[in-house]
Amino acid sequence: MLRLKNNFSIEHDIAGCGLCGIINIKKIRTNGEDIKKAIALEHDRGNGLGGGFAVYGCYPEYSELYAFHVMYDDLVAKEATEEYFKNNFVIEKQESIPIFKTSKINDHPILQRYFMKPKSDREDRLFSELKDDDFVVKSVMLINSDYDGAYVFSSGKNMGAFKGVGYPEDIADFYMLDNVEGYMWTAHNRFPTNTPGWWGGAHPFTLLDWSIVHNGEISSYGINKRYLEMFKYNLALKTDTEVIAYILDLLIRKHGLPVEMAMNVLAAPFYQTIDKMEPEQKELYTALRQIYGSALLNGPFAIIFGYPDGMVALNDRIKLRPLVAGTKGDFTYIASEEASIREICSSPDVVWSPKAGEPIIIKTVKTNAKTAINTENISQKQRLIIS
Amino acid sequence: MTKSSFTNVQSEYLAVIDHAKCIRCKRCIQNCGWGTYSFGGDKIIADHSKCVACGRCYTYCPEGAISILKNPTVMRENGNWQDYHIKNIWRQSESGGIAISGMGTPLKYKKYFDHILLDACQVTNPPIDPLREPMELKTFLGKKPSKIELDFNEDGQPVLKNKMPPQIELATPFMFAPMSYGSISLNAQKAMALAARALGIVMNIGEGGLHDELVPFGKNIIVQVASGRFGVNRDYLNSGAAVEIKIGQGAKPGIGGHLPGEKIGADISRTRMIPAGTDAISPAPHHDIYSIEDLRQLIYAIKEAINYEKPVSVKVAAVHNIAAIVSGVVRAGADIVYIDGFSGGTGAAPTIVRDNVGIPIEIALAQVDQRLREEGIRNEASLIAAGSIRSSADAVKAIALGADAVAIGTAALITMGCHVCGKCHTGNCSWGITTQRPELTRRLDPEEYGEKLYNLINAWSHEMKEVLGAMGVNSIESLRGSKERLRGIELTDSELKALGIKHAGM
Repeated sequence: MLRLKNNFSIEHDIAGCGLCGIINIKKIRTNGEDIKKAIALEHDRGNGLGGGFAVYGCYPEYSELYAFHVMYDDLVAKEATEEYFKNNFVIEKQESIPIFKTSKINDHPILQRYFMKPKSDREDRLFSELKDDDFVVKSVMLINSDYDGAYVFSSGKNMGAFKGVGYPEDIADFYMLDNVEGYMWTAHNRFPTNTPGWWGGAHPFTLLDWSIVHNGEISSYGINKRYLEMFKYNLALKTDTEVIAYILDLLIRKHGLPVEMAMNVLAAPFYQTIDKMEPEQKELYTALRQIYGSALLNGPFAIIFGYPDGMVALNDRIKLRPLVAGTKGDFTYIASEEASIREICSSPDVVWSPKAGEPIIIKTVKTNAKTAINTENISQKQRLIIS
Repeated sequence: MTKSSFTNVQSEYLAVIDHAKCIRCKRCIQNCGWGTYSFGGDKIIADHSKCVACGRCYTYCPEGAISILKNPTVMRENGNWQDYHIKNIWRQSESGGIAISGMGTPLKYKKYFDHILLDACQVTNPPIDPLREPMELKTFLGKKPSKIELDFNEDGQPVLKNKMPPQIELATPFMFAPMSYGSISLNAQKAMALAARALGIVMNIGEGGLHDELVPFGKNIIVQVASGRFGVNRDYLNSGAAVEIKIGQGAKPGIGGHLPGEKIGADISRTRMIPAGTDAISPAPHHDIYSIEDLRQLIYAIKEAINYEKPVSVKVAAVHNIAAIVSGVVRAGADIVYIDGFSGGTGAAPTIVRDNVGIPIEIALAQVDQRLREEGIRNEASLIAAGSIRSSADAVKAIALGADAVAIGTAALITMGCHVCGKCHTGNCSWGITTQRPELTRRLDPEEYGEKLYNLINAWSHEMKEVLGAMGVNSIESLRGSKERLRGIELTDSELKALGIKHAGM
């Protein structure tokens, strides 16, 4: 049996990793060849036990529908889950996720995708007034925790995650990502130390339109988890990455924080920095820490967080994991190693190493606007201009 | 009934003087608050029956001529009828009264802190060196909203929509536990006030009112409202950093207090606002709180009096149903809940209560924190844990079990010289702590012991930073409630479940 869920007798997953991300701010779509090349260069950062990709803009024809990617251990699990879908969703289309059988990936679950939206007269309407997004979140959590042998690994609109056990370049071939197009890609190469061969444990981790690839271990996992449980998040996977995705869901979607401010919760400024701020700002950032202290991610991490309007790269407060950024024209590249960026972009305009705890936020622009990658906020010290 | 001049209760300790070393300086006579020593014409004579092993005499004997020994005279050994029981029977058959004790229980109940081990980083995540990297202990006590409310200014920058509820800012998550003027001396309170101010933390003056000399320390003081309402008025409520309603005390849950009239001199009379020479009685209940809705009224009456500018704390003793009680207290409007565990200290309590009533702080805390989380109201109030925090390790474990900060009482007294003799209720403390006798209290120099208290909390804070660094986190809020970093040893499944932690190796 393939492991879709975390049945290991551990509280949380421990892994080292490699990351890559590519975004075109004008939302011009490219296929998966570059991202595969970039992450393949970081081959040694993984151990063949987990690789994956997230791509945005891959389902333009179904952009109003939730695209569910689901893994099944067996047909029984598939039947039970589909029964749930039929009862609660209008299913526009369902199909197998196209795969190419490669010798490198010789054991895989049943992989299905569904384009659908919650029914207006679904059962829970009898007793609650959940919005569609909330209902989708609830459904994902329900299936992932209560449906044996079924695991939803992607549930956003016009985006998708493709992941599994293997090196990421083999996973890319397996899912034939050279046939998939998107304006933003993230990739992950995993080096798990205590949860081998676990399909569900591969990154990216997604929820609705959020996707996370993550290198690191969250030393504050225990309290982050208990904090999220207060808001009824069910942490079925017991992974650090899941915690990050849920915290962002809570902060951005439910509490309405601007993305940048949410990042200031994950990697909060030190009090020694806050104490030097102007009074109004100081008050705001002090309040942020007072209210969201339990959501602070402590321990080493580098993450790339994708959402429909852009991409965010973030390091922990004292930069205990590598993260490099580079730009070229409308493209911005993020990676664990500069070599990955140069592998696919031999002469970037700028390459720099983001400061500890300071998020790099790259937002997409409307296609008729001017190129607007703002490199002004990159400090001179970090800036390494490539002529 | 006539009282026999002989007693079955033998002296527990022997004050033995080496007359060859003794230079007859009589310092021991002067130092002993218990009257153990007298001068017999040519040498010092010790009345062993009066010795409580408080350690004052040998500490100050310039020749090292005094040894305090455990009385070697044996009582017939019996695993069931132990000395403790037999002596109490004798004592009570003589006095006919309730046995009274000071300090926390000396009985050997299981100490859960000693069965909890901490985590550290190896390979997959790096430990952090607190000497090289910032390590944050700053702690805010008070109600926190469950989410931030933002407005955006004309530049589109986010600003706070509502002011945060009032908070107490602590530079390090320690505070001094409530001990009243009356139960301890003013000099002892002053030592804590000086240390609290230097450390950026708070002390709690207990229920005995606020002495004029402590008024300037207001920012570092929590004032208390207990069932006796001593010294309470509007100015008093507004003179500290917060107001605490004392419902119970870990050493004596369900029991009030009684400071005998002979201890109510002019100064205490003025501070407590009661006539000199009258007994100061704190009833067991607040007579205006017979249920949770009454507590809510008192909380809001106080909030009105302080114009909602300071947090209101409620102190309760850890009893069996503590989780539900604290949930009620939080819903009644408390901004801080102070939970005092079973082995916490006291100036005086019936021995039966001190030694048998309540539950350990470790379990109470774990249960309360979990309950508040399940109800989604953990943010509504901060939790303070107390009840014999003996070391920085205990403090770290308490915080990981869910406390926002810990309070130390006995440890602070030990810093001031206390040897935990447990005779606080007698008013003879040779160290000048739990006494009002001027010849004893004046020997406690507030500045000297204030500095020692400062040193202690400073040392413990450094140790806390070391442990945080080893765990790979650089802020105390990443440890708070993080039970995943704790493991139990030598605990049963039920105990692990009550604490909400796993066994070592799991």
